[in-house]
Amino acid sequence: MVLLVTMTLAAIWTVMGRSLLKATIGLAVTSAVLSIIIFRLGSPLAAVFELSVCTGLITVVFVSTISLTKPLTHKDITEMSRKRHKRFIYLPVILALTAFLIIRSGAPKGLIMSMGESVHNVAEVLWDMRQLDMFGQVILIIAGALGVVVLFAEGKNGAK
Amino acid sequence: MMPSLLILIPLFVIMAINLPKHTGRRLAFYLALTLFAAQMVLAVFHQKFFVTSEAAGIDRFFRVDLSIDYLGVAALVCMGLVSMSSLFVSRYMPLDEPERFKFTNLLVIMSIGMCGIVMARDIFSLYVFLEITAITSFILIAFKKDIYGLEGAFKYLMLSAIATIFMLLSIAAILLVSKDTSFVSISEALKTSAGQPVIIAAIAVFLCGLFIKGGIFPFHGWLPDAYASSPAPVSVLLAGIVTKVAGVYTIIRVTMLFGSTAALNNVLLSLGALSVLVGAFAALGQDNFKRMLAYSSISQVGYIVLGIGAGTPLGIFAAIFHFFNHAMFKSLLFVNGAALEKETGTVSMSKMGGLSQAMPVTGWTSVVGMLSAAGIPPLAGFWSKLLIIVALWQAGRYAYAGIAVFAGVVTLGYLLTMQRKVFFGKLAAGMDGVKEAGFGIVMPSIILASIVVLTGLLFPFLLQSFAIPIKEMLTH
Repeated sequence: MVLLVTMTLAAIWTVMGRSLLKATIGLAVTSAVLSIIIFRLGSPLAAVFELSVCTGLITVVFVSTISLTKPLTHKDITEMSRKRHKRFIYLPVILALTAFLIIRSGAPKGLIMSMGESVHNVAEVLWDMRQLDMFGQVILIIAGALGVVVLFAEGKNGAK
Repeated sequence: MMPSLLILIPLFVIMAINLPKHTGRRLAFYLALTLFAAQMVLAVFHQKFFVTSEAAGIDRFFRVDLSIDYLGVAALVCMGLVSMSSLFVSRYMPLDEPERFKFTNLLVIMSIGMCGIVMARDIFSLYVFLEITAITSFILIAFKKDIYGLEGAFKYLMLSAIATIFMLLSIAAILLVSKDTSFVSISEALKTSAGQPVIIAAIAVFLCGLFIKGGIFPFHGWLPDAYASSPAPVSVLLAGIVTKVAGVYTIIRVTMLFGSTAALNNVLLSLGALSVLVGAFAALGQDNFKRMLAYSSISQVGYIVLGIGAGTPLGIFAAIFHFFNHAMFKSLLFVNGAALEKETGTVSMSKMGGLSQAMPVTGWTSVVGMLSAAGIPPLAGFWSKLLIIVALWQAGRYAYAGIAVFAGVVTLGYLLTMQRKVFFGKLAAGMDGVKEAGFGIVMPSIILASIVVLTGLLFPFLLQSFAIPIKEMLTH
């Protein structure tokens, strides 16, 4: 429960953070707590992936990208600070509605839960059971790399 | 040969056009064209080419669960035709050679995503291929890197991310009752657990994700901006096939998977009717040619959803048939839009006028597309809309049948207005030097118009060849 609350608070901080850098740190904290939860639920390898990729690699990528952006002027910051809270007006409403629906519906009764095959070998899961998804991930990476080339390449006269 | 070749061959084409630098660039257009033509041939004759038994050939080494049925054939043929049209249109757009090369690469990668969506028999794999299509769509919408394209791409990305969250949440909930994510296991599990609130919520949330992908009202916010601000070949692709495969095709597939219940049919009918009406009325007031066609697409997709919501084999067949017809006539209209944009330098219909003399082929083919979209016999669109209306009537959904008829009249209204503004009357000021678009744009418009006409004229043959196998597929 403590971990779930911590993760939720970190996620809210990420979304409502005033600066991109603080939001990135919030995201890293959220991922780190999530990886602890995954570990406690009995999937240590998934927790390792979550920690190394989402907490580590993604945070580094975000911070690197933020460092390439132009910082906002003082006037822009003041203007954004004035207006930003209006954007979050729906957040407490949605949170309250979701909490009400979850409390009202309670634990699912009569749900016939299925126990799938118990597989402990990550290699078997990735390369044997989910080959098509691994192929899809490779294609996604190729598409992402091509997207970076297309969207960030300089034009003929050096224009970006 | 195995169905997985339809996703492996495009990967080899990507390698073939990228590894040898200069040769690859010169051959990229022709290799991509050959690939899309081959995809269509393999799809149409899949029963001769593909072994469907388990673990045969490549599938034993590359253990995947892919298969093609008649629904998949319709989608794959549409993909091939629309992709080829988009490729031809890209040759005549103001793009330099490196940009055209990157466009070809993205188009081939997108085809991998869409082939995977069509052939996947696992819900998580379906999600992965939906993401491939979404990422490439986002990049293509922002291709020109102007402010409008970036805005359209950003809106698409944000709503697509919400759709992704919905789908993943849904898959997680479904995994509570299903032993794995294959369609077979989910179908078995839902026989015992379909009435559970968690599962009902999961199905609803998954469908919301697909409604976003398909641009169905009220989840359509990204669509007009994305269609209007993307480059012409990308608009052809988005309108012709991307929203259809990623949204509508997947809705048909998961409706067959989750089971057609009364509640689900009511939701589909309501949203379909709203899409039909909102799209049609929104298109009425547009001056931007592409934005008008975007709203028209929302309306036409609404017809497909109405057909699915009828809940009968005739309704599903009519939805699939309209899926095909819409891909053809909407791509045709966007190809015409590309020709107009290239030759006149504008997409504003109020600045155009009397262009039928200067652009006779574009004019005549747009008449074909317009009449088919409006449901005028004997063109293809008439038959599919008629079947949807008949299916709704037979299912006792008289009000929805009435809405479909009424919206058809509104559709005729805005499309006729478009024809009058753009092609009829006196030549508008500043349009003196306008001439017919080049062969690369005119040829796909002639081919697409011919398909629209022939599909309408050969409808009785299509009914025999496709409707009965689709009916058998749905009832077994």
